[in-house]
Amino acid sequence: MEETMKKNKYSIIVPTYNERLNIALIIYLIFKHLKNVDFEIIVVDDGSPDGTQDIVKQLQQVYGEDRVLLRPRPKKLGLGTAYIHGLKHASGNFVVIMDADLSHHPKYLPSFIKKQIDTGASIVTGTRYVKGGGVHGWNLMRKLTSRGANVLAQTLLWPGVSDLTGSFRLYKKSALEDVISSCVSKGYVFQMEMIVRASRKGYHIEEVPITFVDRVYGSSKLGGSEIVEYLKGLVYLLVTT
Amino acid sequence: MKHIIKIMSLLVSVSAFWISLLLTSIIPESYTLLLPIYLIVSLGCYGLLMVGIGLMRFPTCPYESVLLQQDIVEAKEFLKENEVDVGSD
Repeated sequence: MEETMKKNKYSIIVPTYNERLNIALIIYLIFKHLKNVDFEIIVVDDGSPDGTQDIVKQLQQVYGEDRVLLRPRPKKLGLGTAYIHGLKHASGNFVVIMDADLSHHPKYLPSFIKKQIDTGASIVTGTRYVKGGGVHGWNLMRKLTSRGANVLAQTLLWPGVSDLTGSFRLYKKSALEDVISSCVSKGYVFQMEMIVRASRKGYHIEEVPITFVDRVYGSSKLGGSEIVEYLKGLVYLLVTT
Repeated sequence: MKHIIKIMSLLVSVSAFWISLLLTSIIPESYTLLLPIYLIVSLGCYGLLMVGIGLMRFPTCPYESVLLQQDIVEAKEFLKENEVDVGSD
């Protein structure tokens, strides 16, 4: 396993918008938890007005410009294209995508890497809904909509993974390039589209448990419009995949 | 094959089975006519049951929040030492 890990390089793509503090915390935690692994962090910042890019530049001084890459874009252009943008600059043979808001903890990165090496999977996706995983900071309503959405998607799409809308994932670079080019959705429907299309294309997908901590209590509440978007996404995936 | 076609063919085969039951009258027709209603009701029950079970067994991790706070304090100290100015927020 040690041998394989030495050959692999992991590009961690983190899209940011106004994550001045969080991006610093997450980069520190990535370096803390990924010892003896060849990796680079690609920060795709969508022109944050809060000085996120200045912080990333300061972190480049600490960790080196070859380990922390800043690849900004002029304005908010959406999540899907942020990954495509980051992917263009990725030099690793594996790509990790994660959120910058610390709801995805870098301490799980070694388990993603280990799972991939043990199974040879093309995609390892973090799941909150198995033993060892979990969510903190959701109220009953949020849990209810989440479970309802999950049961609906599992019944209609048979996706073969337990957590469709999670976005903490490790991809073989070629698999990500292949899947991302056929995805058109936005927001978290995009995450669902990615994993469903990958599953339909026959990619080997494995899961690892992750915990998801919502630090601002109730910040991720789902409104009526999100539910409508989700249902539209579900129908879209039903007829196109 | 598009997924919707899989689901449609499943529905068609179920209805074909139902129609054949109606035509051959192995069981009394009045029962057969009620079968689709039973099917819909049981599907609804299955959905509600799965949501209910999912809610009851919803995995939570309150201790993770505490661990994260410790990590944040530790990270902030490191950033301060290395003169990365993240501000007071």
